[in-house]
Amino acid sequence: MLNTVRTLFLTFLHAFQARATVQYPEEQPYLPSRYRGRIILSRDPDGMERCVACNLCAVACPVDCISLQKTEENGRWYPEFFRINFSRCIFCGFCEEACPTYAIQLTPDFEMSEYARPNLVYEKEDLLINGTGKYPDYSFYHVAGISIPGKDRGKAERERPPVDLHTLLP
Amino acid sequence: MITFQLDGQSCSTRTDINLLQACLEAGANLPYFCWHPELGSVGACRQCAVKQFSGPEDKTGRIVMACMTPATEGALISIDDAEAKEFREGVIEWMMVNHPHDCPVCPEGGECHLQDMTVMAGHNTRRYRFTKRTHRNQDLGPFIKHEMNRCIACYRCVRFYRDYAGGDDLAVLGAHDNVYFGRAEDGTLENAFSGNLVELCPTGVFTDKPFSETYTRKWDLRGAPSVCVHCAVGCNTFVNAREEKVRRLLNRYNDEVNRYVLCDRGRFGHGFVNAASRLNTPLCLSDEQPTPVPTQAAMAQFARMAASGPIAGIASSRASLETCFSLRSLVDPDLFSTGQTQQEQTCTELAYALLRDHPGAIPTLHEMESADAVLILGEDASATAPRLALAVRQSGRQNAFLAADAAKVPRWMDAAVRTIGSETLSSLFVVSPAPTDLDGIARDAIRAVPDNAARLGFAIWHELDPTAPTVPDLKETEAEQANRIATVLAAAKKPLVVSGMQYGSIALMQAAAGIARALTRNTSEAGLSLVLPDCNSMGLAMMGGAPLETIIARAKAGAIGTLIIIENDLTRRLDPPEIVDLLEAVPNIVLIDHTATPLWQNANLVLPAATFSEDTGTLISQEGRAQRFFPAVFPPAPIQASWRWVQDLARALPSKQGTPASPASTNLSEWKNLDEVIADLGKELPVFAKIINAAPDASYRLNGQKLRSQTYRASGRTVIRSYISVRDQPPPTNSDTPFSSSMEGAYRTDMPAALVPHLHAPAWNSVQALNRFQQEIGGPLRGGEAGIRLFSSATAEGKDSVQPSSAPDIPPPFIPQPDTVLLLPEARLFGGEELSMFSPPLAARAPPPDLRLPTSAALQPRMTLHLKGYGPKTLPVRHLAGLPDGVALCPPHMVAAAFRFPQIVRLTPDPAEGEGEGEGEGEET
Repeated sequence: MLNTVRTLFLTFLHAFQARATVQYPEEQPYLPSRYRGRIILSRDPDGMERCVACNLCAVACPVDCISLQKTEENGRWYPEFFRINFSRCIFCGFCEEACPTYAIQLTPDFEMSEYARPNLVYEKEDLLINGTGKYPDYSFYHVAGISIPGKDRGKAERERPPVDLHTLLP
Repeated sequence: MITFQLDGQSCSTRTDINLLQACLEAGANLPYFCWHPELGSVGACRQCAVKQFSGPEDKTGRIVMACMTPATEGALISIDDAEAKEFREGVIEWMMVNHPHDCPVCPEGGECHLQDMTVMAGHNTRRYRFTKRTHRNQDLGPFIKHEMNRCIACYRCVRFYRDYAGGDDLAVLGAHDNVYFGRAEDGTLENAFSGNLVELCPTGVFTDKPFSETYTRKWDLRGAPSVCVHCAVGCNTFVNAREEKVRRLLNRYNDEVNRYVLCDRGRFGHGFVNAASRLNTPLCLSDEQPTPVPTQAAMAQFARMAASGPIAGIASSRASLETCFSLRSLVDPDLFSTGQTQQEQTCTELAYALLRDHPGAIPTLHEMESADAVLILGEDASATAPRLALAVRQSGRQNAFLAADAAKVPRWMDAAVRTIGSETLSSLFVVSPAPTDLDGIARDAIRAVPDNAARLGFAIWHELDPTAPTVPDLKETEAEQANRIATVLAAAKKPLVVSGMQYGSIALMQAAAGIARALTRNTSEAGLSLVLPDCNSMGLAMMGGAPLETIIARAKAGAIGTLIIIENDLTRRLDPPEIVDLLEAVPNIVLIDHTATPLWQNANLVLPAATFSEDTGTLISQEGRAQRFFPAVFPPAPIQASWRWVQDLARALPSKQGTPASPASTNLSEWKNLDEVIADLGKELPVFAKIINAAPDASYRLNGQKLRSQTYRASGRTVIRSYISVRDQPPPTNSDTPFSSSMEGAYRTDMPAALVPHLHAPAWNSVQALNRFQQEIGGPLRGGEAGIRLFSSATAEGKDSVQPSSAPDIPPPFIPQPDTVLLLPEARLFGGEELSMFSPPLAARAPPPDLRLPTSAALQPRMTLHLKGYGPKTLPVRHLAGLPDGVALCPPHMVAAAFRFPQIVRLTPDPAEGEGEGEGEGEET
């Protein structure tokens, strides 16, 4: 009997506490910048695509919802297509963790509802943004060994100029 | 057998191997780079360090390089020893000092031996914070991409390219830690085996350039065991595909055939399966134009055609055995043609008879490698059967091995054996009209036109066996050469005679077989090998059928209403007038092929066939080995295997069609899958009864499951097709194979060797995972034998009694004529073979046709050939040193599609440059 009264009283007290429910969408919830929402592809500080089509995100994906094909232009690797099926995505963030170039990033945006499932298949043009996302400074090709237009052999960070094969000097 | 202690475990192993091999065979994970089973040990990388203790009381031990230490009885070895571990970790840390930050953009990533070994050695944190050495790359041609920054200087590439494959345009340059592996200057790697650098290089210095254009990581590739279709050797390959497109071919180890190496034609020649020349829908001729039609309409059309008269069938030496058999079952037996000219057919049937009745050995490629005296009689094997020529090249080292044995140097101690062997001569003799790649290591290279080469062969035979026919009018030099060669061959324990039908000469093959037969009186290991042109030439020779000439004669007599041509480009075999005759005489032509060959526009009905990468079938290699290939690609609907098209045609035939077209024992229209075709084939033609054992049938299950053809970590399953439909589709199925097309299914390192779809073992992601699939390093696979020999040395009983039916005709000596030349085919690795020329990288390597003349001939920049059936052809001319007088070489099929040889032709100066020469036809065969 006493327990029942106590329970009723505690329940009644909750009527005076702050409300957890917010009036979405008029009222937007706070999302931290590391919230795992819609996936984007970012660009490096020079404005070029960061994705080098290494396929690591695709292989890390536990639901196999990422697919891409590598293509190449002047030594730079690009995805010819980059497709994410968001109707399968579980927003686990493994792809972001696997990405060696900070290209694929999860963003604090979850408002992706669609009436038709095919609309949840995002292609590269839907994913690619015009910014660096969470990592403003990193550029993979500035540390990688391969040469691209504008960065000759031996011009990456911590590289010596190419070896002159005709010298026998130590 | 010896036993040694590995980390306290007792392991038994073979004698004559090194510790690294012994450890790997014992199942231990020991990192290595420079050692390769086919190349031996040089101890260059210092990665396979282990600790060896001198006895149970020795607690300190000493670090040794496992690859340079022989495995000895009772040796105490530790891989797990802390000091050895630290040593290996240190070595790989040094190697990684200059290794670039490239893995995401490196085509080797995911199947990189360096990645595997780095993880295996335990190096996981980079401490070096200073600058990295860099190199400039070279353009190495259409096959290989060069990225020198990634090099760890293991020396495998040059050791393979120079020492093993005999190339001389790749070398190590520079000094100390600047060493550079490349050419003296940019340019194409010329060796026929350059593609193997992709697999041999433990990291991403040499990568596959054509594959890079449609690059896919290894884990995303669906694999299938396959067999190379570009020559008759029958090398085993893996076909790798993704999104129903073939991406690349890799070598598939078969301990008796190709082992670790594949030629460039086989590796890069698969482009025809994705080429624009592919046929992908049935076509009917309407208003003189081929028009796409639905399959049903095509079959109705065929039913109408069949009413017009008897059906004849032309098979092909590049079609699978089952396809040829299905056609043979559809048509009257005397209207079934093998699709070969009389000359080709005589040669292949003779080759089959000679090999079948040879009392000695029919050596596998691996057995050829240990032949101690080799005679190549009138065949440029380095172009017609490159992998065979490479095996013969290794046989040139036998004397070096004997010298090493005498000096008590183990045979795997590569650098030492090569130093000892640098003074020894090989026992290889080459007799051919034109220089071959093997001349460089031959004890003697003799230039002779085919007839004279055959005469020399008969003379050698006579030297070895006095009862053999004598050669009339033999020159003294020839007799002396014959004697010299006969002496070396007679002294050998394991002699080998190689010949072939490159020059269409029966006498050459008879002479070669005669020599080999005579040698069997000395040793039962005397081997005979005959090179055939196409991947299933031997299968057709065993099946039998009429030559093309018979079909043409019957067609001219009006006895053919419909002609079915399967996977055969007749323009490569018949001269244009004969083609015109055939097209006029036959009212209806049905063409079943995967590639649009020139006749496709004349065919009344064209049906799109599947290629080797899309269906299952059996091919019989020149050594009589039946091998099955499996599909990696599931082609879109109308495309299907040729034998299924034949079956559809049989079903479309009106049932009242007079006599049953097919022999009673085959129920062509009832076949459900390939196994039923093979079962019927074995019943109908008992010579093929054993091919059922070439690979397990479609009902085979491992652990109760199908075998998976994808890796366990294939990606993109729920998205790859979602641009077509977001709904998941079931994976495609195939009733002919025991493979599941998805990543679900069984996969084990001891799965049947004929069914291994790709190589992967825990901790071994690169192709070096092979060591986990082998019973012993360099030995047979744990899953047994892939393919089955239909005739071999093992069945030699009673062969002695089979004597050649009649004495062979010894050709008269060739006498050069002043106004004509003997035109011979110039063997080319790239350009001669039909299908590989549809592959863009190979087409880039095929030089334009030219005419090669002996240095004695007056050199004009261009000359005109007067070829029968083709009229005059003007070609640039080049001298070829060593070519006999009165001979000209011209690449087959490039100048004239169907170029019959040998041909005596008239050669005149180019009318545009010199005197105007009449359009002559003064040629004769």
